[in-house]
Amino acid sequence: MAYQFDFSSLSGYGDLLAKGAGLTVSLTVVGGLAGVAIGIAGAWARSRPVPVLAPVVAAYVEVIRNTPFLVQLFFLFFGLPALGIKLGEFQAAALAMVVNLGAYSTEIIRAGVQSIPRGQIEAAMSLAMTPLQIFRHVVLIPALKKIWPALSSQVVIVMLGSSVCSQIAAEELTFAANFIQSRNFRAFEVYFVVTALYLALSILLRWLLSRLGQALFERRRHG
Amino acid sequence: MKTMLNSALKSAVVALSLLCLPVVAHAQDALEAITKAGVLKVAVPQDFPPFGSVGPDMKPRGYDIDMAELIAKGLGVKTELVPVTSANRIPYLTTGKVDLVISSLGKNPDREKVIDFSLPYAPFYNGVFGPEGLTISGPEQLAGKVVGVTRGSIEDLELTKVAPATADVKRYEDNNGTISAFLSGQVELVATGNVVAAAILEKNPPKKPLLKFLIKNSPNYVGINKGETALTEKVNAIITAARADGSLDAISKTWLGAPLPASF
Repeated sequence: MAYQFDFSSLSGYGDLLAKGAGLTVSLTVVGGLAGVAIGIAGAWARSRPVPVLAPVVAAYVEVIRNTPFLVQLFFLFFGLPALGIKLGEFQAAALAMVVNLGAYSTEIIRAGVQSIPRGQIEAAMSLAMTPLQIFRHVVLIPALKKIWPALSSQVVIVMLGSSVCSQIAAEELTFAANFIQSRNFRAFEVYFVVTALYLALSILLRWLLSRLGQALFERRRHG
Repeated sequence: MKTMLNSALKSAVVALSLLCLPVVAHAQDALEAITKAGVLKVAVPQDFPPFGSVGPDMKPRGYDIDMAELIAKGLGVKTELVPVTSANRIPYLTTGKVDLVISSLGKNPDREKVIDFSLPYAPFYNGVFGPEGLTISGPEQLAGKVVGVTRGSIEDLELTKVAPATADVKRYEDNNGTISAFLSGQVELVATGNVVAAAILEKNPPKKPLLKFLIKNSPNYVGINKGETALTEKVNAIITAARADGSLDAISKTWLGAPLPASF
């Protein structure tokens, strides 16, 4: 007996899907911004290297990169209450994504930072630029420009990883898919539509990040 | 000619009466057979704690086993436990391999066509559980509370129907998520089956899931062969007596961590 497709079984669940997609997007925005910020700070601490901070950052990076995201999420949501810290679903999901992206982007940005030739920095010092100016204009911005594709890929990976947050009942897109499927039992139709939604979100995110990269780093020469 | 017919008739009568003998023997009902043999054969589960499982000493233990012993004592005979699975428990009964089925058996119209059921002896229900101190006597009082439930389960479907709009229902992907959420305090209450709640209570957790109210009840019944009215009545009498003198409550406390619910 051939499977009878019935996409109309999804009608009426439109706002549940929209709400789920909205939460996925907001988790990604929070995770992306805070994660990259941590990445820049971590890369700076490790590449200098800053005396006490560098090994701490190294330990953090190694722990997060070598453990599964789901386990990190469960630790924050189910484990922390034992220490008296109770996080809500959004807080735990966002924190897990920030911590995760922070570790990976530390390494990605550090690779970019360490690829800046020493000569550039020496030239900047000889022009009496302050260390902060050197870091900002000579090291960070060129580094970010170099690793921008890798960094935006990582942000997209973390966005897709937000689907794991359905495990702690955060009502994002995958949660909406599982919920609808448990009510209308139409697994194929539900997951097909949600896959298409994730694909659309990923393509949109990649495009936005690429435009952002162009806006930030491709400066047109004036005069 | 007459003598031939006579002798043929006589042999026919003898043959028929010989045939009747085994029929007469079967007409003795199950209750009489059990009392005569001094043994009650009961089908019990061995892979479904807390109703039936195998202990570390390789002996069967559980709610259903205790029930079998209780009924056998009421009949004044010994127990012979026969381990069965969900698939073969009813065939074992209908083919006479066992006298009773005490194996977390639920009642439904299809089964009622094939076998008879006693009075219920064990609760098997879905309900809302929570720690002491929280008084929730009905679904309306879930307003403003956080309840955890396993997505797609019977409890989820039933709870969604009765929960008020201001109740915060958190749906986890599996039983373990729901249990973790309750034990870590992420949810105040949990909607689950009494067997799951009993399993949690057995681990003596800091937060005890105590029944607040019932969502759906599908108790266990003893399965008896169709037409064995004498046996059914005796079993029912034993169950009623056990409820009255508290021995059924004791079994429930031992295996489910809680006495029989008030509405049982």
